[in-house]
Order: sequence, then C-alpha cells, then structure tokens
Amino acid sequence: MLELKALSRHFGGVRAVDGIDLAVAGGQIFGLIGPNGSGKSTTVNVITGLLPPTSGTILFRGEDIGALPTHLRLRAGIARTFQNIRLFGQLSVWQNLWVAQNSAEDRARQGFFARWLGGQGGVREEIARLLEFSGLAHKQDELAANLAFGEQRRLELARALAARPKLLLLDEPAAGMNSEEIAQLRDRILKLRDTGITIVLVEHVMELVMGVTDRIAVLNFGQKIAEGTPAEIQAHPAVRKAYLGGEAA
Amino acid sequence: MDFYFSLAQLIGVHTLLGLSAYIVLLTGQVSLAQAGFFAVGAYTAGMLTVLAGWHLVPALGASALSGAAVACAVGFPALRVKGLMLVIATLAFGEGVRLFFFNFDYQVAVDGIRLGPLGGEGFRQIRFFPENGWGTGEVMLFMWVFVIAAMALLWWFDRSRYGSVLRAVGEDELAAQSVGINLTAVKVSAMTVGGAIAGVGGGLYAHYTTHIEHSSFNILVATFAIAYPILGGLRNVFGTLLAVIFVQGFLVEGLRFMGDWRNLLFGALIVLAMNLRPSGFLGGRRRA
Repeated sequence: MLELKALSRHFGGVRAVDGIDLAVAGGQIFGLIGPNGSGKSTTVNVITGLLPPTSGTILFRGEDIGALPTHLRLRAGIARTFQNIRLFGQLSVWQNLWVAQNSAEDRARQGFFARWLGGQGGVREEIARLLEFSGLAHKQDELAANLAFGEQRRLELARALAARPKLLLLDEPAAGMNSEEIAQLRDRILKLRDTGITIVLVEHVMELVMGVTDRIAVLNFGQKIAEGTPAEIQAHPAVRKAYLGGEAA
Repeated sequence: MDFYFSLAQLIGVHTLLGLSAYIVLLTGQVSLAQAGFFAVGAYTAGMLTVLAGWHLVPALGASALSGAAVACAVGFPALRVKGLMLVIATLAFGEGVRLFFFNFDYQVAVDGIRLGPLGGEGFRQIRFFPENGWGTGEVMLFMWVFVIAAMALLWWFDRSRYGSVLRAVGEDELAAQSVGINLTAVKVSAMTVGGAIAGVGGGLYAHYTTHIEHSSFNILVATFAIAYPILGGLRNVFGTLLAVIFVQGFLVEGLRFMGDWRNLLFGALIVLAMNLRPSGFLGGRRRA
C-alpha cells in the first residue's frame, strides 16, 4: 500500500528524517512510534506532501507520488488527521465534512455545477453516516470551534474519512484523551480497519499502540531503529534504550 | 431628491467595490488590487460606449470580462505570497494600473470631436446616460440592478459548497490542502469573481461621473474596497452593504455639516466602530 525508500527530510543541518525504509501492507494497522523529535510527524508531512522530501521515494499503491501536490495525494486516497487539531472552526460540523468530500468518487458522482454551486442536498446521507460513526449527529449545526476537545478529535477523524481514504494517517489521535475516550478511539480504529482502510498510527500512548497495531516501526533521531510485531518491539533492546535512555536493557 | 439619488449611486458603486474585496477576503487574502480591476472595468466600458458606440449593457459585460481576466492573471503570482507580502504585491499592482492609465492615450475622432483617454487629463465625455436622456433616478435604478445581482450571486455562493470551501481556505490553508482542496483553483477563482464584480462597478462609475482619470483609482479607493468587508464583517454580504452606507452615507455625507472636524471624526468613528464590533457589524461567524 505505502512504501518509503531511503526517505530523508533535512532542515538545514537537522536530519529530521534520515533515510527511512518502510513498507505498510494493505489492510494493516501500522504503528509509528518514537520519542519526541524522532521524526514521526515530519514523516507524515512528507507522505502527505506538506513537506517535500530532501531525498528518497514515496510509493503509494505502486506509484511514485513524490511529485504530487497535497490535494492530489488526498484524491489518490491518502487522508490524515493532525497532532494539533486543525478544524475549520468557523464552519459548522456539517460544513467541515461537506468541504472535505474531495475523493475521486465524489468528484465523479456530481456534475461540476451541482458539486460546487448546488445546495446541501445530494450529500446528506453520506454526511449523516459519518456523523453517526463519530457520534456527532446531534452537533451537526454547531460551529466546530465550539465543540469540546474530544468531539473536535472525532470530527477531525470524520473529516479525514469524508475523503474516502484508502490510507489513513493518524498523527497522535489519542493525545489529551482520557482512558474511556481512548477505548472508544480504539474501537473506531478497528472498525475502520475492518472496512478495508489501511491505517498508519503515530502515537505516544502505548496502551493504544500495543493493543491495535499489526506491526510497529520505531524511529529515533530520524532513523528507523526497529520494526516488528508489538510483542517483538516491546522486547527489543534498542527500543528500550531509546525510550528509557542510558544502558537499559 | 437628486442628492439622494446621487448618494445612492455612490453607495451602489462602492458596494460593488466592497463585494469584490469580500469574496477575496473570504479566502483570507487581503487584496489592495481591487481599485486596479475597477479602473480596468471603467476604461473598458467607457471606451466601448464612447469610441465604439456600444450600448452600456454589453459594455458592462466586457468590463466584467476584462476585470476578471486581469484578476485571474494577478491571482496566480499573488498566490505565492501571503499576508503583508500580498498586501504590498497587490498594492504595487494597483499603482501600476493607475500609472498605466496616467500614460494611456487613445483618442479617436467621433463626429469631428477627439474623444478617449488622454493620459493625465483623463477620459472625459463619457456621456451615455445624458445622450440617451436617462435621469438621475433611472441611472440609480439601473445601477442597483447590478448591485443586487452581485449581492445575490455572492449570497448564493455563501449557501453553496463553494462558499464553505472559500471560508475553509480562509481559515486554514494547510488543513484545506490536506482535505483535498486545490488552493490555487479556489484562490484564483475568488480573485477572478472579485475582478468581474469590480470591473462592473468601474464601468458604472465611469458612466455616472462621465469623467474618469488615473486619480479616481488611487490607493484610497483600494483601501475603501477592503475596509468595507472588514468593517461589515464576513458573516454575509449585507455587512459590506451596511459598512458602505455607514461610511459613505453617514460619515462622508451625514457629517458634512461639521466642516473640517469631519475628517477627524471620520477616523475616530471607524476606530470606535471596530472596537465595538471587532469582527464587523454583522460578526465574522455564520449562523451556528
């Protein structure tokens, strides 16, 4: 599904991402973990095209997408959420999902005129389904800025799903959540995987990562130091060293 | 009565200017280029009716097209810069247009009289309305047909997905890209629609004043254009209309009795209005 080959992104002398090789198979939940500043978010930004790579290749479903601008990568099927929530606060919950319907399928479904200048008919069912999935149906006319924190996280996930992604990149979706919310998020992620969406989960919250992922890669100082199943990662000496420091393990 | 008709004409033209900046401002771009599009539309319509003998309605159509074409051409390079840099770039464009018309001569003999733009002296005798015997009231009604059409168009946009996309881009470009919105297309389209509206406004302006010159399109006009939607708020198009009525109807005309004190009070009242309503008369938020 997604393959990174010798991917690097440098900021001046800082090697935020330094020659990462990664292969995410279709239908997997793939965890990307590592200490703060290890290059996880930079990797996500390079995959979605917000940052150009310094070198290396990004293959998505076998095709090199390195030259595509961000909005075309989305249309190809790569959606994301942000570590610091970035909703359109002055739009309603409903409108946040409306503007995000940019998948190839949605673009083909309606004519240009109906799609851009038509009213809210025609897409109601699809958006209602997303609202239902996220538990936000009763808030659909609320401004996004007025939602509680947990609701904003759910809306951002729904907004990414509105693009009908094949690959979903979640950048620390559990940050700031309590354990009940994390349990709900875990259920949602598993449901999404069951609908056939491949998920890359960037996360610090180990109870979530270890519980849902099929495979995990560990980054440290921009390099991949380990990859394997959750059990293998938990036992991996280099990982324990990166997280605990010193000569642990 | 003629005074009120003239005031309504002025308010109509300025509303078109304000609306042209409104749609661009929705995408988060502060543009000082609107006076330039306004000038292009004014000279286009004037030359077509005076030199080519067109009727005003098709001439205004040409104003809209020329304003839109220039705005589209400006939109692409303007996208590369943001914030204050965009303000400077669009300001430079507007001044460039003004200086172009300052040096622009194109005179043709019509019925033995040489007519057309003549550099710094401007473009006189744009006499479509008097030649066709239109009174001030009729001219005013004619102009307001276009103002209302422009307001209706933007109102419709605001209710459509396009309007929400414009606002999404205005709020967070990074997030907008990440949900698949083509920033270039959205920003250039907003600029183009704004250019068309400013072009029509310019065409109407040229005909009701009958005389235009480069200084009719200076930085003050550009500042007014962007000030209206900021003062009125981005909730909907009526904010811009209210702001124009407030500035042109109340501050400029209503305070005339105060003589020299007017200019002082003018600035003070705008500052006061912005402090009382920081997100504009109608607020920045849509119905929640």
